[in-house]
Amino acid sequence: MGRLLEVTDLQVCFNTPEGVVHAVNGISYYLDEGETLAIVGESGCGKSVSVMSILGLIPTPPGEILSGQAHFHEQDLLQLSERELERIRGAEIAMIFQDPMTSLNPVLTIGLQITESLMLHLHMDAEQADQHAAELLELTGFSQAAKRLGDYPHQFSGGMRQRAMIAMALGCSPSLLIADEPTTALDVTIQAQIVELALKLRDQLGMAIIWITHDLGVVARMADRVLVMYAGFIMEEASVFDLYKDPRHPYSLMLLSSLPRVDQRRSGKLRPIPGSPPSMLTESKGCPFAPRCSYVIETCRVTNPPLQEVAPGRRVACWVDVGKGE
Amino acid sequence: MDSELQLPSEHHQVWLDEIESPPLSLRQMFLRRFRRHKMAMAGVAILILLIAFSFGASFFISEAFANHTETAARLQPPSREHLFGTDTIGRDLFARTIYGGQISLLIGLTAMIVEAVIGVAVGALAGFYGRWIDSLLMRITEAWLNIPALFLLLIMAKVFGGKIPDISLIGRTFSGSVVVIVLIIGITSWMYLARIVRAEFLSLKEEDFVLAARETGTTNWRIILTHILPNTIAPIVVAATLSVANAILLESYISFLGLGVQPPTATWGNMLEGAHGFIESAPWLWIFPALFILLTVLSINFIGDGLRDALDPRSRAV
Amino acid sequence: MTRYILRRMLQAIPLLFIISVVLFVLMMNMGDPLATLGGRRATRPADRERLTRQLGLDKPIYTQYLYWLIGNQWDHFDMDGDGTLESPGVRLGVLRGDFGISLVKRGTPALQVIWERVPNTLLLMIPAEILIVLGALIVGIVSALRQYTLLDHTITTLSFIGFSMPIFFIALLSMYIFAVLFKRWGLPYLPTVGMFDPSVGKTGLQVMWHMVLPLFSLTVISLAGYSRYIRSTMLEVLSQDYIRTAKSKGLPGRRMIMVHALKNASLPLVTIIGLDLPFLLAGALVTESIFAWPGMGRLFIDHLARTDVPVVMGILMIISVAVVVFQLLTDIVYAWLDPRIRYD
Repeated sequence: MGRLLEVTDLQVCFNTPEGVVHAVNGISYYLDEGETLAIVGESGCGKSVSVMSILGLIPTPPGEILSGQAHFHEQDLLQLSERELERIRGAEIAMIFQDPMTSLNPVLTIGLQITESLMLHLHMDAEQADQHAAELLELTGFSQAAKRLGDYPHQFSGGMRQRAMIAMALGCSPSLLIADEPTTALDVTIQAQIVELALKLRDQLGMAIIWITHDLGVVARMADRVLVMYAGFIMEEASVFDLYKDPRHPYSLMLLSSLPRVDQRRSGKLRPIPGSPPSMLTESKGCPFAPRCSYVIETCRVTNPPLQEVAPGRRVACWVDVGKGE
Repeated sequence: MDSELQLPSEHHQVWLDEIESPPLSLRQMFLRRFRRHKMAMAGVAILILLIAFSFGASFFISEAFANHTETAARLQPPSREHLFGTDTIGRDLFARTIYGGQISLLIGLTAMIVEAVIGVAVGALAGFYGRWIDSLLMRITEAWLNIPALFLLLIMAKVFGGKIPDISLIGRTFSGSVVVIVLIIGITSWMYLARIVRAEFLSLKEEDFVLAARETGTTNWRIILTHILPNTIAPIVVAATLSVANAILLESYISFLGLGVQPPTATWGNMLEGAHGFIESAPWLWIFPALFILLTVLSINFIGDGLRDALDPRSRAV
Repeated sequence: MTRYILRRMLQAIPLLFIISVVLFVLMMNMGDPLATLGGRRATRPADRERLTRQLGLDKPIYTQYLYWLIGNQWDHFDMDGDGTLESPGVRLGVLRGDFGISLVKRGTPALQVIWERVPNTLLLMIPAEILIVLGALIVGIVSALRQYTLLDHTITTLSFIGFSMPIFFIALLSMYIFAVLFKRWGLPYLPTVGMFDPSVGKTGLQVMWHMVLPLFSLTVISLAGYSRYIRSTMLEVLSQDYIRTAKSKGLPGRRMIMVHALKNASLPLVTIIGLDLPFLLAGALVTESIFAWPGMGRLFIDHLARTDVPVVMGILMIISVAVVVFQLLTDIVYAWLDPRIRYD
């Protein structure tokens, strides 16, 4: 079908001293070239794991990929050897992470951290790499980029560091960029800058993006499609329009109504979702959201609803149709 | 040094955050975690055996026998009569190992107490009062730290060695040098504990419960002793345990070099004095006491490691 | 960074001052300097009085401290007992290297006695430190990378045993195995006494051959201890986010370890090396005694036994200052290596 990335039935668990944590429970999703997919959910719902496991970035003593396939350019990433994965990481699939202060090596220069993947993947020599690195920094909004190459991460502000990370990720013109909550640790104003930068670069370079976040505002700005996850399951998948206009899953509904909206009356109360996410240690029977759901019926507690296509490009995992109430 | 239980890394701490620990009291948690540490349990077992050996076996063999010299029987290899052989003046080494163990272990323990008293006092005062008291005490601590301990100890042992007369206690006679050794080890080793206690006090004194205590007019003394100090028990216990091992080692070094506990009182260290002169002819002279020292220090190190893990507030393992 | 260096250097001064006071007080208690000055016989009361005046021992304690520190050339003494102070003192003071005259090697300045032996001790200590650092790095890194494997557990147990050993145990054990037993079994065996074989002479080969056992004893314990430290530091570094970032860029394992991880893990090591000097010196002391190595440690023991105050105090003073200076140097090196401090 020519999809850029197709993930099928991914299951990941962690073997901890306290027990087995079922982080990702058989999820499937896809991504086309140039598309932006947002994955939203509360902390711990498995959104990061579902994406990092594809690149083999989950530490495999506690972590374990139980099953699944992840086809990227016709290759199943989960079956590749470490060396083959190394060739794809940073070159065709790049990642940026949440906390730019801890995600950059404090004792190496920014320049080195950018050029090392240029020299490794694109086989540039030092001079070419430096030049290209400077261009990348300019692209991400740095002035006097060439001088910046010799600076260390601690000399930058939070926003600058994140922009440097983006520059680092884009070095080899990847076809897929994965962003794991890149704005969560930043100031609101800086967040906006980063989001705008990402959008600009996306349009310029034509990359596909997977943007993981719990910030629905960013999703609205950036995404073409959205995946809503909870407790390691996908609850709903829809285009961003469809989701915001007409959420079908109770969880999505409650997520959206917990947001302040411009068109709401001032006196309208914000409604947070009661309760807290379940412990991922236990394999629960039935729908994981049942304890907190206001639309819950008996079937919900007994059997976990499968993710079904309810309209073209739209999937929901729920026994209840929130539009109709049955 | 580090632990057997590896702390999970930050980026999958997120998933473990969801897991609620079953409700256990602090004490139960501590005991469970300590017992899981295999090396620590081995250490406890070995230490108990050693203590039983040194103190229990003395019911069967008298100290007089341990100090009884018989030049005709000197330098005999291990035999049924003398399990560990005899030394240069014919004393039975097995008996001396037993009684030597008592002294060595006691020195370790009492030196640790001396260290702890000084170290905690200095650290608490420096950490609590801060400013110039802190600066002064820390400079003194640093100065004391920078003078190489063994050299200092040897000089002090030589200078003060004979100053205290033999002590008679519970029907046994101890060389006065034992007290001297304990004291000088104590006053040259307190610095490590002082630093730890100071760090704890510095951070704890900003806590709310301290501020609350101040508001209600609690005197500084009470705040230090009943409020802050109990919260610093964990690192103090770990450091104190390891310092027992350190004290035993130091005593053995000093005694080995001839300036420590004076005969006839035996310690594992002074049994080794001059043994390198007999390396070819009488290896049993040094193998046994050295081995006992090694086992003692090893078991204490294991226990200390286990304590450190079990008392670590950051570890979420149950 | 220059501010940091200056601050550290300024901090060192009160430290050295306190150390000097401590050592001075210690020295004052070390025995009666007049007891043997009159030669073999005990000093007679009349001589005692004269000597007291000559040496300035009747002066108040802080004056005596001053004499000890900077000498007494600036003051006058009554040398001939007639009540007038006419002769200037001859002492230069500790700050100028005058530790007095050795009581054992009569007539030789203490500093000279000490200085003759220092190179021999350095000959053991410097290679030992290099071996310790390299060895600990290798063992620690291997242990960290193979965490929880049998190899790791074996290394861990051996390390614990290693740093729980008293140093004389290692020395005696290695002596026993490699000298006594090897000799008994007809294998080439290592020498255990001194720096060279007197019949062969002080050749490079002789010295190296004689160095093996002392060096081994000196190295094992610290190596075992530090490998544990490196292991835990390495594990901590490897769990950091920037390692995950490096991996996500497709960097091969070796580059991640050698460049990204190691540079971070080796920083604390520098500080540790600085703190290690006192222990290395203590180890040298015991090792030199056992192997009859003619170094400063052995000198210390010998002369302490004979209450040679100038030499003993001189050694103590020198090594204390060395420790302070060395720690200052390692702090500076650390500041230089860590970009967060260097570019501030």
